[in-house]
Amino acid sequence: MPEIRVTPLGAGQDVGRSCILVSIAGKNVMLDCGMHMGFSDDRRFPDFSYITRSGRLTDFLDCVIISHFHLDHCGALPYFSEMVGYDGPIYMTQPTQAICPILLEDYRKIAVDKKGEANFFTSQMIKDCMKKVVAVHLHQTVQVDDELEIKAYYAGHVLGAAMFQIKVGSESVVYTGDYNMTPDRHLGAAWIDKCRPNLLITESTYATTIRDSKRCRERDFLKKVLIPVFALGRAQELCILLETFWERMDLKAPIYFSTGLTEKANHYYKLFIPWTNQKIRKTFVQRNMFEFKHIKAFDRAFADSPGPMVVFATPGMLHAGQSLQIFRKWAGNEKNMVIMPGYCVQGTVGHKILSGQRKLEMEGRQVLEVKMQVEYMSFSAHADAKGIMQLVGQAEPENVLLVHGEAKKMEFLKQKIEQEFRVSCYMPANGETVTLPTSPSIPVGVSLGLLKREMAQGLLPDAKKPRLLHGTLIMKDSNFRLVSSEQALKELGLAEHQLRFTCRVHLHDTRKEQETAVRVYSHLKSVLKDHCVQHLPDGSVTVESILIQAAAHSEDPGTKVLLVSWTYQDEELGSYLTSLLKKGLPQAS
Amino acid sequence: MKLYCLSGHPTLPCNVLKFKSTTVMLDCGLDMTSTLNFLPLPLVQSPRLSNLPGWSLKDGNAFLDKELKECSGHVFVDSVPEFCLPETELIDLSTVDVILISNYHCMMALPYITEHTGFTGTVYATEPTVQIGRLLMEELVNFIERVPKAQSASLWKNKDIQRLLPSPLKDAVEVSTWRRCYTMQEVNSALSKIQLVGYSQKIELFGAVQVTPLSSGYALGSSNWIIQSHYEKVSYVSGSSLLTTHPQPMDQASLKNSDVLILTGLTQIPTANPDGMVGEFCSNLALTVRNGGNVLVPCYPSGVIYDLLECLYQYIDSAGLSSIPFYFISPVANSSLEFSQIFAEWLCHNKQTKVYLPEPPFPHAELIQTNKLKHYPSIHGDFSNDFRQPCVVFTGHPSLRFGDVVHFMELWGKSSLNTVIFTEPDFSYLEALAPYQPLAMKCIYCPIDTRLNFIQVSKLLKEVQPLHVVCPEQYTQPPPAQSHRMDLMIDCQPPAMSYRRAEVLALPFKRRYEKIEIMPELADSLVPMEIKPGVSLATVSAVLHTKDNKHVLQPPPRPAQPTGGKKRKRASDDIPDCKVLKPLLSGSIPVDQFVQTLEKHGFSDIKVEDTAKGHIVLLQEAETLIQIEEDSTHIICDNDEMLRVRLRDLVLKFLQKF
Repeated sequence: MPEIRVTPLGAGQDVGRSCILVSIAGKNVMLDCGMHMGFSDDRRFPDFSYITRSGRLTDFLDCVIISHFHLDHCGALPYFSEMVGYDGPIYMTQPTQAICPILLEDYRKIAVDKKGEANFFTSQMIKDCMKKVVAVHLHQTVQVDDELEIKAYYAGHVLGAAMFQIKVGSESVVYTGDYNMTPDRHLGAAWIDKCRPNLLITESTYATTIRDSKRCRERDFLKKVLIPVFALGRAQELCILLETFWERMDLKAPIYFSTGLTEKANHYYKLFIPWTNQKIRKTFVQRNMFEFKHIKAFDRAFADSPGPMVVFATPGMLHAGQSLQIFRKWAGNEKNMVIMPGYCVQGTVGHKILSGQRKLEMEGRQVLEVKMQVEYMSFSAHADAKGIMQLVGQAEPENVLLVHGEAKKMEFLKQKIEQEFRVSCYMPANGETVTLPTSPSIPVGVSLGLLKREMAQGLLPDAKKPRLLHGTLIMKDSNFRLVSSEQALKELGLAEHQLRFTCRVHLHDTRKEQETAVRVYSHLKSVLKDHCVQHLPDGSVTVESILIQAAAHSEDPGTKVLLVSWTYQDEELGSYLTSLLKKGLPQAS
Repeated sequence: MKLYCLSGHPTLPCNVLKFKSTTVMLDCGLDMTSTLNFLPLPLVQSPRLSNLPGWSLKDGNAFLDKELKECSGHVFVDSVPEFCLPETELIDLSTVDVILISNYHCMMALPYITEHTGFTGTVYATEPTVQIGRLLMEELVNFIERVPKAQSASLWKNKDIQRLLPSPLKDAVEVSTWRRCYTMQEVNSALSKIQLVGYSQKIELFGAVQVTPLSSGYALGSSNWIIQSHYEKVSYVSGSSLLTTHPQPMDQASLKNSDVLILTGLTQIPTANPDGMVGEFCSNLALTVRNGGNVLVPCYPSGVIYDLLECLYQYIDSAGLSSIPFYFISPVANSSLEFSQIFAEWLCHNKQTKVYLPEPPFPHAELIQTNKLKHYPSIHGDFSNDFRQPCVVFTGHPSLRFGDVVHFMELWGKSSLNTVIFTEPDFSYLEALAPYQPLAMKCIYCPIDTRLNFIQVSKLLKEVQPLHVVCPEQYTQPPPAQSHRMDLMIDCQPPAMSYRRAEVLALPFKRRYEKIEIMPELADSLVPMEIKPGVSLATVSAVLHTKDNKHVLQPPPRPAQPTGGKKRKRASDDIPDCKVLKPLLSGSIPVDQFVQTLEKHGFSDIKVEDTAKGHIVLLQEAETLIQIEEDSTHIICDNDEMLRVRLRDLVLKFLQKF
């Protein structure tokens, strides 16, 4: 029995370390290869030894697909390909391919240079890893091998984010990665066609949230604030938001962006305009939205200068780097504010302060008291419950599998999906395998002659009298053809064996044979209205291709013998005729 | 399968393919060479043009002198320029389901088709094709609309009058169908019918046909198309290039195994080598500028100009031209330069990798930044303040009949210091120059056409091996001017089928198979038997369901259980449906084993007689006779159905069913 198997190595009932193994029709695909922000030990990377303990990963995996450039989706890639060892193809979109190595390098620097970790991947490994990447275009059908094909759809989560369809024959799986169903200031909405996959693997970060419109969130947004962000992604969205707000309200307070990375990052956005939303694409010739007037580069010294300011600082979950430094500096003053614009993974400072913790234990047993205001405003571009339901409705999957979310919230969404769409919904934990039996139909070639012969008999199938198509399936190697039986015999060089029956039916009739034949003819003609009944010049009667001849009985002149002769192909009719004639002929009126 | 050929221009094709149940238009090219018959539209009043003498017949009759003007022995129509449209009468264009566009030059007739023929289908094109195509149309509309012309000549088109005109007006075809340019509103409406596609995207048409665009290597977003069903494949090759310029390389492998390959859009200058031409372009440009002259390059706002700017970027410093201003004048100059930088995914590998740095893929960004290249929407406005000579001007239109180029021709034509360099291959440069004669300025012809030449074509055909090639008639004979060059034509076996304007071709292939899906339940019930090593057979009796052009075989329904209630039957209910076919039989019956089987089943008194062709088995008691031959069996018996069915089933045991 063919089946689809799915095992999350990460992101199973969890956010972070996205890595999902899919086996479909004998092909093995790894979806995403992320790191976990909440851990700095072994648990930060997926456990690849699950895939194979002894063999090479390349032998086991047909391909790896990366949905977008966030580190929780690609952060383990150099470790996976260079340190564990994988040489097969890695597919991602071009913006992801451009931005991913920069974020990996950034991550490596923090881990090795700042935290002093040993046995981490090197810059060279990032480069070598990226050499294995094959860029895919939106909607392009990429033939991984003769049977396995993948196709990317727009996901709208960050620049270059994509959903992927993985297809073998008539079986398919769609993996959403992270996506957003509502267009924002710089990205469009995710979209997929009615591709009816066997399984839809969807993120569920905001499984229980139904977000209000964005406007009201923006109004009470602007004070003197620290906004921890990741250099690429939401940062650009917030920059556009503040830029337009500053312009509209003619505000003078400075806005700073903390790392040199951003200017470079904005360059990427300028070069990948086709991946942004409709409005930006339409107006970019007149004004490129990623050229900011009000946003300036941040210098460390500015943190101590008086007066209001807005500072964007990386990274976004306050787990390291400049955002954490500024946070420590400003945390003591209740007039300051930190705005967390996105999801924070468990274990990070961001997550702690969002869950209400006000005394934080820092490195070296220091305790940091947080007096500043802490605000959470979801600007991260994930689909909310409504959006997830919308996508399920668009794709019409047979089954749904939830990843990238918290177990409790998943539970809620799972019920909702099962109720509304009447499909099975799964939410495996990490290391847990979901198996879905499939029953793919078998494509064969039907000879046009046979098909047309069948279709010519009327297009609408009659429910009461279903017509049957008869043919012979010729299976040669992997080539399957359905042809008419005559053609099959001919092709195989076989002769037809004709099986013929001739039955003697005795009739009491004193008239001459010819007259008997006429009586038989008129009798059959009146009974078999839908059939072709003919009286031939030689005196015989035919019904379709069945031949009836009348002969004299050799001994009894009062009896005539009807010879009814038919082939096996007319079995039913022949048999019917003999029993009909046996009952005798009606008296001539 | 039929091909309706609506355009006679080999590089601006417009064909309609009827394939299975779909009607697919392949490209929508607009033949603009018709404009060469018209007088140029000057941006500023030109005394020279307005004082040209009217043309009169040999007998002195001057009734056409308002419409036709004479310039250096050539006659031109003094009217708004008109274009030669594809045929609109050969096939009802409202029945076209989809239009596939292969590159931005081949979509210029789109508004005429989508807006005026009742077309209700979808147009498919890549994003760069649409964006740059829009720019080309915008420029065209702008060029024509900004110099409104009061006069619209139509008298000369009268068939009886056209006969009296000198060549080439006399020989112009279908002048009655020539049309003026469309409006921006029509352009926008036409473009709104386009659906964007990516290379190698599989697009289903009504479940019957699949179309796929492939990179063709000729221009940004240019594509060839595959039109296929599961068993038939048509490749449409239009405007392809194997040279390494800025676009993504051509995808040749996917064209393999085509039943028919329709080949259009080859190079228009098969004898010119594009690389050599670029070198000549640079050296002539440098020579003129060094001597204090100006250089005029009539061009389209996108395409080869990107390559020329890149060459100049590498060349100007070494040639000592760094102080010479380069002007690019077009209503869409800015857009074209900006758009070129955002389509990294559609560019060649070298340019793609630049965006990873991140740097703009084309070096003209740097030329603009360093003020070496300046762009203006027209000669009016800022340009007149910045204008310095000597300089190099890139501007349109390459026909020299409208656009800012007309102004520069008038301005610079009188001085032999200046040079006009023709790089676009679409118009004969001599014809383009005709209304400006006599000219003092130098004219250099460096046509750069990167499309396939005949050597590349024959290599390509050997590589992809289509069963049949279809092409415009121009490609099946050497060019008229080089009739001895037998190498300048398509050479393939079987010989290519050629088409000309307004012709309908029946394409030479027969469809034999169609895809059908066997439902898993039905597949499970099939019993395959091996006939020969590696060949198995299974008889199939199934219910055919056809929906949206997809065929599915489902298991036959179980015979309905006799329902209770009324048992009364009419006689006709018993009559079997003769359409229920029995399988065919094959094999032969070994007499000895057959007799043994009969005995095992209780028949006795069996006699076997040999005949010429086989045997007769006699069951004397039952007065039954069975004739057995190599490939037939005949059971002759009394009307004893029980017996007959028993014998039948015993015979069937020895035969295979089909």
